[in-house]
Amino acid sequence: MCGIVGLFLKDARLQPELGGLLTDMLVTMTDRGPDSAGIAIYGPGRPGRAKLTVQSDDMAAFDGLQARLAAATGTDVSITRKDTHAVIEAPRDAAPDLRAALPAGLRVMSAGERIEIYKEVGLPRDVARRFAVPEMSGTHGIGHTRMATESAVTTMGAHPFSTGPDQCLVHNGSLSNHNALRRRLRRDGVHIETENDTEVGAAYLTWRMGQGATLGGALEQGLRDLDGFYTFVVGTADGFGVLRDPIACKPAVMAETERYVAFGSEYRALVNLPDIARARIWEPEPATVYFWSH
Amino acid sequence: MQVIDLAETTLRDMNAALQAQNGSTNQTAWQILNPRGAHALAVGLDAPLDVTVAGPTGYYCAGMNARATVRVAGSVGPGVAENMMSGTVIVEGDASQYAGATGHGGLLVIHGNAASRCGISMKGIDIVVHGNIGHMSAFMAQKGHLVVCGDAGEALGDSIYEAQLFVRGSVKSLGADCIEKEMRPEHLTALAKLLESAGSDADPAGFRRYGSARRLYHFDIDNAY
Repeated sequence: MCGIVGLFLKDARLQPELGGLLTDMLVTMTDRGPDSAGIAIYGPGRPGRAKLTVQSDDMAAFDGLQARLAAATGTDVSITRKDTHAVIEAPRDAAPDLRAALPAGLRVMSAGERIEIYKEVGLPRDVARRFAVPEMSGTHGIGHTRMATESAVTTMGAHPFSTGPDQCLVHNGSLSNHNALRRRLRRDGVHIETENDTEVGAAYLTWRMGQGATLGGALEQGLRDLDGFYTFVVGTADGFGVLRDPIACKPAVMAETERYVAFGSEYRALVNLPDIARARIWEPEPATVYFWSH
Repeated sequence: MQVIDLAETTLRDMNAALQAQNGSTNQTAWQILNPRGAHALAVGLDAPLDVTVAGPTGYYCAGMNARATVRVAGSVGPGVAENMMSGTVIVEGDASQYAGATGHGGLLVIHGNAASRCGISMKGIDIVVHGNIGHMSAFMAQKGHLVVCGDAGEALGDSIYEAQLFVRGSVKSLGADCIEKEMRPEHLTALAKLLESAGSDADPAGFRRYGSARRLYHFDIDNAY
């Protein structure tokens, strides 16, 4: 199973409610997967500042981190702690040094200028509360609640997976050619952290976009190269995409109004959105790329 | 008119109330408010009830229906009217995948489109879709009728047995052992009756008929080795 939700706001006045709306949608999908949960939020960002979300189970890993990174990069580094995660911000030019200076115990959840990813083992309600997701604002976000099939139930096995700057992907389904594809991508120098099938899907799209493809183009090429079952929801710095495999047995419902575009594994996830009764509701077609951007 | 508001009553209690009408009842008209995409709404009914669901539903709405008429004023999730035995299920919006799967009897009407696998393994149900249907519809369909006023997706009627398929629009492709067949007067009569009962004014003469070539399900000694 697994449950996926996504929300792309067209009306800026809804931005302060993004975290709250997305959390409500994801909590409704809890019974599609109780193993782990995660949310990616695209916030406003700050001009010229890079953003890194890191995680550690060992709280001591955060001690003295700000001073250590500031010294290593020689720049102004700020850190915002949230439970097992922390968001590190630094000047954009210092981003490579920042990453190189991270202590070994810290795991990178996401990198970019706008994205923040929070994910842990546990139920959506608990994960959202631990990271105060309902209070977060932003332009778009995606969430996932996992019923694990292809790899272990761990923080790193939780969705969303981020394999490129401000990119992330959530997945309902299972890829069957992920081992071969992982080997191929690694030969091409792509960094893949886990044995999870979805991470390979995310890395594949990052790799295609690195070669110059748009997200839409990368998804089209994925139809040929990714074998298995999938409903994907993908986030980029300014956009949000949806793709279902040609068999399309993994469910998907979409809603669009003048104020937002929303995705849910089931209609239930959408019922509390503003003016949902007047939204255009439809099921995305198999093997068809959908994409919205600001 | 009995009204059950799912904002106040649990899904389980609502289904139990409807199922309690099985047998003799004079409370035939029911309305279900605030379905909010809930699963398994109005399932297992076995009485001549007339149930209206005021909004979209989730999985398996009106599953296993017998004798009741269930109308959904909205769209339905996967598996609407799954394994229906008799009665009528009417969907005013769209239906997700495997609508009417394994249905033994009764009539399923979908006013919008139906997604993939519509009528999969149907065993006697009649399904009328006013819009289009998705891929792999009527897969292994054994008995009954599937009427499509719009277009059909890929692999229509793959491995079909004796169900009869009528499509007015285009068929993207036919599945294994499914072929176009001659539309004889008795088929036009049956089709006209189905369209009328589904509230469609489509002209039966505008449809084509598809069914089994019967090459797949007979044992062929030449295939033994």
